[in-house]
Amino acid sequence: MAVPLIEAVGVSKRFPGVVALSGVSMHVAPGEVLAVVGENGAGKSTLMKVLAGIYTPDEGELRLDGKSIQFPGVPAALAAGIVLIHQELNLAENLSIAANLFLGRESGLFLELSAERVASRELMARVGLEASPDRIVGSLSPGQKQLVEIARALRAKARLIVFDEPTSSLTQRETDRLYEVIDDLKRQDVAIVYISHRLAEVKRVADRVIVLRDGKNAGELPRERINHDALIRLMVGRDLKQLYPRNHQAKQDAQVRLAVNGLRREGCPHAVSLALRAGEIVGMAGLVGAGRTELAETLFGVRRITSGEVLLDGVPLRVTHPREAMSAGLVLVPEDRRHHGLLLEFAISDNLALPNYDRLSSMGWLLPGPIAKLARDTMERLRVRAFGPSQAAGQLSGGNQQKVVLGKWLARRPKVILFDEPTRGVDVGARSEIYALMDQLADAGTAVLMISSDMEEVLGMSDRVLVMHEGRLAGELSRGELNEEAVMRLATGGYGGKGDDPLVGRVSDRSTALRRADDR
Amino acid sequence: MTDDRARTLSYHSVLAGRLGFYGILTVGVGVLIVTGGIDLSIGSVVGLCAVLFGLLLNQQIPAWQAALLVVALGCLIGLIHGFLVTQLKLQPFLVTLCGLFIYRGLARGVTLVQLGINEDAAALKALLVGGEGEAGRNQLILLLVIALAVGLLLHFTKHGRYLFAIGANEAAAKYAGIPTERYKILAYVICSGLAALGGVLLLLDAETVNPTSGGSLLELYAITGAVLGGCSLRGGEGLVPGMILGAAVLPLLRGVSSFNKVPSDVEYAVIGMALLLGTIADELLKRGAGRRE
Repeated sequence: MAVPLIEAVGVSKRFPGVVALSGVSMHVAPGEVLAVVGENGAGKSTLMKVLAGIYTPDEGELRLDGKSIQFPGVPAALAAGIVLIHQELNLAENLSIAANLFLGRESGLFLELSAERVASRELMARVGLEASPDRIVGSLSPGQKQLVEIARALRAKARLIVFDEPTSSLTQRETDRLYEVIDDLKRQDVAIVYISHRLAEVKRVADRVIVLRDGKNAGELPRERINHDALIRLMVGRDLKQLYPRNHQAKQDAQVRLAVNGLRREGCPHAVSLALRAGEIVGMAGLVGAGRTELAETLFGVRRITSGEVLLDGVPLRVTHPREAMSAGLVLVPEDRRHHGLLLEFAISDNLALPNYDRLSSMGWLLPGPIAKLARDTMERLRVRAFGPSQAAGQLSGGNQQKVVLGKWLARRPKVILFDEPTRGVDVGARSEIYALMDQLADAGTAVLMISSDMEEVLGMSDRVLVMHEGRLAGELSRGELNEEAVMRLATGGYGGKGDDPLVGRVSDRSTALRRADDR
Repeated sequence: MTDDRARTLSYHSVLAGRLGFYGILTVGVGVLIVTGGIDLSIGSVVGLCAVLFGLLLNQQIPAWQAALLVVALGCLIGLIHGFLVTQLKLQPFLVTLCGLFIYRGLARGVTLVQLGINEDAAALKALLVGGEGEAGRNQLILLLVIALAVGLLLHFTKHGRYLFAIGANEAAAKYAGIPTERYKILAYVICSGLAALGGVLLLLDAETVNPTSGGSLLELYAITGAVLGGCSLRGGEGLVPGMILGAAVLPLLRGVSSFNKVPSDVEYAVIGMALLLGTIADELLKRGAGRRE
């Protein structure tokens, strides 16, 4: 085995009240792609920040080319050739590509624009970025911006590039391009550390994967042994026998809870009709931009209805504001929980109480006892992992935040729950708990609509699936007819079978299928 | 000796009166800042309302009726601000900046003569501001009554929770079923209504008002007080007791600087420096707290 480019040995990092890393070791060799996976809070980011000189470890050592080294700060790590590419890119959006590549590297009194341009072209060619160096970065797509970041890392003569969730905002085509660039970097003997939630990606790019759990090494898999189940077992520390529990029984003849007839919303010419029955989980698939979120928001009263009717348990429901939907018993767990679901700076208990003050106040006066009880009960039922009800919601992991968003509504015993991307950014453990809760709700007679772009989830949880395409319902699939290709065919506007659509046909991993089609 | 004592006594009552006056404006804008709003027109509303109050008194309208009318007008102004902000989605900064010019212009347009108060109003003055020899005391009591009411509203009712929630994340508040627009309008009404009350007090206390300058810059004093008292201009943060303490800083600074014979010309510089230092201290404290998390 080659001498590792960089090696961390028994690294520990403590923050007050939290042990973020405890004796973690890792190494990566030149030309190797090491994937680092783990649930949220497992210590991935902390470890990367130690490598990049943002944190100094409390214990343990770093070795560069086999020699012990310390990075007192980011510049020291940069000088050693270690570059961290953050999830949120750090580019000056108002400047050109060339200016970004040489930002902080300008020498002399005047800018040497032509020299910068020439050097930029060369760097851009290395990462396959086809654009003029004078192009303003703000006008580039997310994928192109990422390439600019990588080119900048190359300009800094990076020997190790750490990618933190690099594909979270990329289309499939851009993701494929990124893989090619990574392969290229490998050939140039650059070491890569690749952090990702998406296990299929890990399988695609990694030579080796290490798994972190609770700040410790949980295991390591060589390329040939990387598979979904093995990774999940290491991440969660137990077998997830039933990630998708199905204890509820959807009945064909159950009462219709939500009936939508010819509903049109502002800004969309198409009408939508659908029905949700008590006790069923209906998946809603479609490409990004197909109008699924908009439909949910219209039903919830965020967007204006222009025509059509909505019946809740047979009673006409006229919503112009979420308050009306909520009091009638129809609630939404929104897609963007940080902006629409939570008051991030506020305590968990404040968040849980927010839509329930009609019951938690008397003549307007707050009732501290019932508020505390609601928080305790909800946190216990949903197993929200936090220091206590007074912890700020923004400090929780994605999964626990989502539990709080969902928990807000449980006390109201809703008749219909609309979930919009219920498990986006949620780690596997919390995910299974959310699925179990969905199952319980359906079992108790709630009608559940689950909008999701995660094909596995759609196939795993749904009793039937509605597929939207460009603002209208393209079709419906019963559980018996349910498979990935059928969903994709409807979602892309009814292409023929496998053979007709090479993009869909080639996909072996289900969860990337939808995103792949997005790029079309 | 006696001279010194007299000076101290009158200083205390002036201080109490000023604190009461600034405090009322500060609590008003504080409620608004909690929701993430801002009001730059407070000083002009104070000026306009003081002038109108004087004109109504000139018409021999009973003083308490005149005061109520003026406060109602203030509430109407707040209603208009709230409507423009929530229905037309205009920026609060711009709406109230326009208000700053409009109300000042109206105050000057209505009359250019200086106005005074009559005997009827003198009785109201004794009640609201304070009687002979104890001027300012009742103004402070009035502040405490208002602060108690607003404090209970903000910190002990669901309405207060909604106001905070709107300031912290308006979209999330709406998605939780809160009628956000109504509550924002309410905050503007409280702010301008209390500013109008400030106008009444201004005329009663000084017994005269100059339409050109009466009340000017008070919006900045009120906002300064609220910020020094812990309100975040981003919204979602603030405590009524803090607002009162913040409102006390400026009168104290003025008192201290005049006692120490700091020329009044540099008074603004002193106030500005105090606000800047307060802001820096707040930021550093927060950063320290953030690191501990």
